Amino acid sequence: MWAFVFKRTLIALSVALTISVLCFSLLQLSGDLALSIGGPEATAEQVEQIRVDYGLDRPVIQQFTTWLWGAVQLDFGRSYYYQSEVMDLVVERLPVTMTLGILALAIALGVSIPLGVVAALKRGSWIDRMAMAIAVTGQAMPNFWFGLTLIIVFAVKLQWFPAAGSDSWQGFVLPAVALGYYATPAMMRLTRSGMLEVLEADYIRTARAKGLRTGTVIFKHALRNAVIPVVALAAVELGFMLGGSVVIETVFSLRGLGQLAWNAISRNDYPVVQAIVLIIALFYIVLTLLADILNAALDPRLRAR
Amino acid sequence: MSNLSTAEHSAATSSPLLTVKQLRVDLPVAKGTLHAVRGIDFHVERGEMLCLVGESGCGKSMTSLALMGLLPRKAQVNADCLNFDGVDLLTVPERERSNLRGARMAMIFQEPMTALNPAYTLGNQLSEALRRHQRVSRQAAHDRALYLLKRVGISAAEERMRQYPHQLSGGLRQRVMIAMALMCEPDLIIADEPTTALDVTIQAQILHLLRDLQQEFGTAIIFITHDLGVVARIADRVAVMYAGEVIETASAQALFKAPSHPYTQGLLRCIPTPGKTLPGSRLQAIPGVVPSLVGKIEGCAFCNRCDQADERCRTTPPLQAVAGEHFSRCHFAHQLASPAPLNDQEVTS
Repeated sequence: MWAFVFKRTLIALSVALTISVLCFSLLQLSGDLALSIGGPEATAEQVEQIRVDYGLDRPVIQQFTTWLWGAVQLDFGRSYYYQSEVMDLVVERLPVTMTLGILALAIALGVSIPLGVVAALKRGSWIDRMAMAIAVTGQAMPNFWFGLTLIIVFAVKLQWFPAAGSDSWQGFVLPAVALGYYATPAMMRLTRSGMLEVLEADYIRTARAKGLRTGTVIFKHALRNAVIPVVALAAVELGFMLGGSVVIETVFSLRGLGQLAWNAISRNDYPVVQAIVLIIALFYIVLTLLADILNAALDPRLRAR
Repeated sequence: MSNLSTAEHSAATSSPLLTVKQLRVDLPVAKGTLHAVRGIDFHVERGEMLCLVGESGCGKSMTSLALMGLLPRKAQVNADCLNFDGVDLLTVPERERSNLRGARMAMIFQEPMTALNPAYTLGNQLSEALRRHQRVSRQAAHDRALYLLKRVGISAAEERMRQYPHQLSGGLRQRVMIAMALMCEPDLIIADEPTTALDVTIQAQILHLLRDLQQEFGTAIIFITHDLGVVARIADRVAVMYAGEVIETASAQALFKAPSHPYTQGLLRCIPTPGKTLPGSRLQAIPGVVPSLVGKIEGCAFCNRCDQADERCRTTPPLQAVAGEHFSRCHFAHQLASPAPLNDQEVTS
């Protein structure tokens, strides 16, 4: 098991390095940075001055190593727009995005796994059809629209939750529901199909032949095997929620990473964009690593690889 | 008068462990109803090895699943009598039935590669069988599992307890399945083709092991197989099934000496015998195919494949006694039972 963890961690580190290269090159490819920082009004001398000030006159490889060395120490330089350290901006927004993402994942898992299990056990029943209806609606409905609907119903009409802001925990409920619902259908379908497949397996018949109680058969023997693919999917979904919650953060005016990224992109604030892209990529890598380890813990056959 | 009372007496003290009368299993299918088991009778005495023989689809697996109560929910089970040591399996509530499963009747399946849960250690899966039925400590269950793993011939048992199914070969997994079936010392083990998926050499070892364990623990075994060679090695009694019916039942000795149903005779002719089957000669296959079990079968189910069938075979033959405990479901059972040369290819020199 430890050999497996070590191997996976090495792979994850090399992926992270590759991504940092890509991340850096993307910005290099997006045109002359000095020109876009200076703006259309800047004279040739001013542009040249900017080039020197921002270190853009140095060889690319040197710029990269300087940036990477900084990034390793969590120093992404200063924002062009806010005139403050990029890391301070990120650290300020990260808790909001993390809270939102984890809450959304918890909601998605809490709904999709029980519903998927029941739908599989009561295949063809009204509850199965209802679960399918939820899945289809969730996949078809744009999540900004769902978010706005939640605001109208629960914030404006019923006034149970605030419509915007991240000052109290109540502010996170509606955005987390909106974001979590988006991830629910895929996970529910995967749980349902996994359960249907596993319940047909020979070892389930063996478990029943041992006289085990229905609960033991379903939860110990069936679900454990059925959720293995769901774990991998959940990791990807959480990565998506952390990086892709731009829309939801905008709808609910949450000051999270997504909002920061959106602002940075529209203002050509390259150090911020670079930092966020790298951080989100690292999230994905860490989550994938965790999912791999969790999967290996669930399925001993994976450990040998 | 005295005869009758002794008969009654012996029936009371040594009633069979399992009595099956007119067991029927029906499965709804797209085209109607599949009568997988069409009214079979047999019984199992305590500590005996009964072989259920027949080709694929003759209903032998359905019979075993019906006995265990593991049929799919849509399957319909009917019987005049389905009695396991005084318990009426037809009317017993599912709760009590699950108390029997694994504790007093256990099952070994055909496919050892998939019969164990890949996510749990062998020790875990063995122990839970005991801990479900008896209030024993984790340690006691562990010890029992360890003892049985050693008993079924698994070396380095302590280490195996911590291993997962994918780390074992098919033969070893089947040994684990056997150990699992023995965890609660059941009165009856149903072994559904336990050696079919294994190499021939491993097959022989497993057969040996089952036979030994049966004698050691006094467990009755219903051994389901399509292989008459296996039957000859282990059976006390045999019930031959065809198209969802028992067509012949007898002690193993009697069956091999005087098979009294054309189907049984046909099966025996399919087996090559050293010294009897001439090199280069063809083994005699039974012509034709098994009738469809969807809908009703008129007359003898075997008559369209039987070279001896005539007008009488349009009516359903009863299961009639040939001699003592030897029964055959054939109108010609008595003629067939009289010793006639079984194998036409016998070497005369």
